[in-house]
Amino acid sequence: MSDAGIWLAAIGTLAIFSFLYRDNPAYRAAEQILVGLSVGYLVVITVRTTLVPKVALPILDGDPWGIVAAVWVLLMWTRVSTRAGWLSRLPLAVIVGAGAGLSIPAMLKARVLSQLGAVIRPEIDVNAVVGAIGVLATLSYFYFTRPPTGAFRVAARTGTWFLMVFFGATFGYTIMSRLSLLIGRTEFLLGDWLGLL
Amino acid sequence: MVGVFGFAMLIQYFVPHPLGRVLYGRVLEWMQVIFAAGLVLGGATYAMSHLRTVSGRREGWIYSLLALAALTLMLAAGLIGGIDRGTLFLWLFNNLQAPLQQTVFSLLAFFVASAAYRGFRARNIDAALLLIVALVVMLGRIPIGEMTGPFLPDLARWLVDVPAVAAKRGILIGIGLGSVAVALRVMLGIERAWLGGRR
Repeated sequence: MSDAGIWLAAIGTLAIFSFLYRDNPAYRAAEQILVGLSVGYLVVITVRTTLVPKVALPILDGDPWGIVAAVWVLLMWTRVSTRAGWLSRLPLAVIVGAGAGLSIPAMLKARVLSQLGAVIRPEIDVNAVVGAIGVLATLSYFYFTRPPTGAFRVAARTGTWFLMVFFGATFGYTIMSRLSLLIGRTEFLLGDWLGLL
Repeated sequence: MVGVFGFAMLIQYFVPHPLGRVLYGRVLEWMQVIFAAGLVLGGATYAMSHLRTVSGRREGWIYSLLALAALTLMLAAGLIGGIDRGTLFLWLFNNLQAPLQQTVFSLLAFFVASAAYRGFRARNIDAALLLIVALVVMLGRIPIGEMTGPFLPDLARWLVDVPAVAAKRGILIGIGLGSVAVALRVMLGIERAWLGGRR
C-alpha cells in the first residue's frame, strides 16, 4: 500500500467504526462510497470478463453466435421500457428453465446421493453411528407430512439437538471469523497507519 | 420456453451425445451472458435511482452524490484504464473497497456479541446446548483452549466433524430434495412466481 492508500484506507476504516458510537454522516458517506465502488467493481468485472469476450469480440469476428448472445442482452435490457418490458421474460425463461433442468441432476448428485454415500459407510464405528443417527433425526425434524407422535416425536426431538449443535458450531465459527477481521483492521490502524506495532 | 430449456438440459445430462454437449455449452454461455446483462442492468438501475435523488434534491441527496461519484470513478477506472496490476481500478479496490468491506464485516463482531448475549441465555435445553457448543468450539480453536490440554480442542473438533456435520448433511439432503421438487414445478409450469406480478 502507498502512503496515500494507507491514509485513505485508515480514514475509511475510522468512518465505518464511528458507527459503533452511533449513526453519523461520516459512516453514511463511507457506506455509500463502499456500495458505489462495489457496484462499479462488479459491473466492470462483468463487462470485461463476460460481455466483451462472449458478445462483443465474437460479433467483431463475424461469429453469428455473438449476434444471438447480443439479442439475449438486448432483450434483457428491454426491462427498462414500460412498453417492451415483457420481452425481458424471454431471457429470464432461459435462465429459469435451463437452471431448473440443470439443477435436478446436480442437486440429486451433490446434495442427496453424495451426502447419503458419506453416511452409509462400510466401516462401522461410534462416529459413523452418531453421524447416521444425526442425519435420520435431522430429517425427521423436517418431515412435516404427519404430526410428531411416539417414536417419531423422539426422533424429531433428537434432530433438534443435532441442529442446535450445528448452529452452535456455526455461530462459534462466525464470531471467530468476525473477530479475526476486527483484529486485522486494528492491526492495520495501529501498525500500517500509526506505526505503533 | 421454460419447459423446453428445462427438459433439454435435463435430458442432455443422461444422453452422452455430442449434440447434447454442444447444446449444454451454448446454453451455459447464454446463461452467463444473460446473468451479465442483468447485472449491468442492476448497476444502471442503481445509478438511475441515485440520479433521481440528486436531481430532486431529496433527503440525503449528498450521500447519493457520493455513491454516484464512487460508481463513476470505478467504472471509468475499470472500463478505460483496465483491470490489470498497477491500474487505478486495482488501486481503488485495494486501498478503498477492500478495507471498507473488511471493516464493515469486522463491525459485525460487536453486533454478533450483543446478539449472542441475548440469544445465548440458557433458558432451555436447546439454548443451553447451543451456548455450550459455541463456547467449546471457540475455546477449542484459540491458544488459551489448547493451553488447558488436549480435551477441549479434541472435543471441539469432534463436535464440528461428527454431530454438526450430521445435522448439516440432513439439511443438505432436505435442500436437495426440495430443490428438485421446485425445479420440477417450474419446468411443468405449476410454479410461475419468477414471471413477477400476479400469478
